[in-house]
Amino acid sequence: MPQGIQVKDLNIFYGDFRAVADVDMEIESNSVTALIGPSGCGKSTFLRTLNRMHEVVPGARVEGNVQIGGVDLYGKGVDPVAVRREVGMVFQRPNPFPTMSIADNVLAGVKLNNRRISRSDAADLVERSLRGANLWKEVKDRLDRPGSSLSGGQQQRLCIARAIAVEPSVLLMDEPCSALDPISTLAIEELISQLKERYTIVIVTHNMQQAARVSDRTGFFNIENTGDPGRLVEIDDTATMFSNPSQRATEDYISGRFG
Amino acid sequence: MTVGTPPAPVAAAGPRAADRRTGSHVWGGRVFAGLSYGSGILILLVLAAVAVFLVVQALPALTADPTELEQISWFRAESLLGYVGPLVFGTVLAALLALAMAVPVSIGIALFISHYAPRRLAQGLGYLVDLLAAIPSVVYGLWGALWLIGVLDPVMTWLSSTLGFIPIFAGYQAPAKNVLTAAVVLAVMILPIITAVAREVFLQTPRLHEEAALALGATRWEMIRTAVLPFGRSGVISAAMLGLGRALGETMAVLMVLSPGLLFSFFLLKPGQHQTIAANIAAQFPEAAGLSVSVLIATGLALFVITFVVNFVARAIVARRKDFSGAN
Repeated sequence: MPQGIQVKDLNIFYGDFRAVADVDMEIESNSVTALIGPSGCGKSTFLRTLNRMHEVVPGARVEGNVQIGGVDLYGKGVDPVAVRREVGMVFQRPNPFPTMSIADNVLAGVKLNNRRISRSDAADLVERSLRGANLWKEVKDRLDRPGSSLSGGQQQRLCIARAIAVEPSVLLMDEPCSALDPISTLAIEELISQLKERYTIVIVTHNMQQAARVSDRTGFFNIENTGDPGRLVEIDDTATMFSNPSQRATEDYISGRFG
Repeated sequence: MTVGTPPAPVAAAGPRAADRRTGSHVWGGRVFAGLSYGSGILILLVLAAVAVFLVVQALPALTADPTELEQISWFRAESLLGYVGPLVFGTVLAALLALAMAVPVSIGIALFISHYAPRRLAQGLGYLVDLLAAIPSVVYGLWGALWLIGVLDPVMTWLSSTLGFIPIFAGYQAPAKNVLTAAVVLAVMILPIITAVAREVFLQTPRLHEEAALALGATRWEMIRTAVLPFGRSGVISAAMLGLGRALGETMAVLMVLSPGLLFSFFLLKPGQHQTIAANIAAQFPEAAGLSVSVLIATGLALFVITFVVNFVARAIVARRKDFSGAN
């Protein structure tokens, strides 16, 4: 079931270094939120705190509060592994498991969750997930081929299928199209607007046209000087952000007068 | 004109400079290409030389009449094949037992170093494992013969009395100069090479794949199972083959630990059942002359063939799932 996300006073640290400061954000369920901003402003770092993936880096920690569906992600006794099962993620570069077939890639998350799944259920789930990722027609005849045999755009949609196969409530996307050609990008963007019906989506992108095309709301992150923490400058409806932002910095960035 | 003048000298110097550069390029390229070709061919020549030497020297034994072979004092067999057979069996058995013990432990150590241990501990442990590889095999032999045999004695007594109904564990006789003890020594000896290679392979697992598994809600062990181990599979097989090669050819340690015998025997705890080719050559060579040398060389030829077969099999295993290797 899709869930909303509430972020309050979030500070993200790597050791003693504060990478992101004082983020407050409210994300509604079944919406697409785009995060834009210059490189190094902390938008990807912020995204990764929404499923506790930033903890993979030693020394990373957060202060503040993140709630998804009313549950505090950083509460006592909350297992990051359980969080990641609930909050799916798609990465910048397509990363299907090279040693697994297309079908096994889709089932990877389900099998991890230690659920035993019958063969017919597995086949159904593979088809449903691949259809959900608009990939079924292209790969239905070669489900036992390695995932790495697909094109980059297909691999990325395979990764989306893998992420939605475990029925997460939130889907995070970290620049999912930055390694793809325009046609594959278009396919993913169309997919995002369909996925919105079933998931809450947060997407980081460097492509402002993309943010304008796919998202309902857009958040702009910025960094004042190197070494300063990144901050959320403003977040608003996408139409407002791109036509009439309330902050000067946002307007400068969107109109390309950045820096 | 002021704009036009500067390019002129550049244009004049250009071709000459380019010529000179191409000249040295060609020379450096040729020398380097020659060196690489030479090294490649040298390897083939050495391999061919060894093979030719083995065949030529073994030929008298291969063509000899059984009655001639029976003249050799230690030759107790119907034919050359009857002599080589148990030796091949003993060699392969000892090496496989060693491999079966060493590979799981090595993978465990390698994973601990690459994915579990804090960085500083991992580094120290890595050095320690590498140090194991630097110990000469004769020292391993001493260690096995003087210490390990005593330590294994109660273990094997227990094994034989409780699991003795399984034939391979039946009939233990002290001291533990049996093939299992030899295999334990061999396992310790091949541990470092397998661990070192496996560790390097595991460390090369793309971060992307590890993160993909973690983002699906994998625990650390599940991440290792879905991303690290499949990625490292072919590397671990190569590592195991390197270890197997060393175990097959190991001489001194086996010679010092194992009480020899020439039987096709699966009694792992009985002494006087097995012998390996390498240890046998070392044991008999000082007293050998004429045809008996040739017989020993024939056994060496068999060892050479075994190592070849092992390598081909390993390559076949790796190649069978090439599409899924992650290299594409």
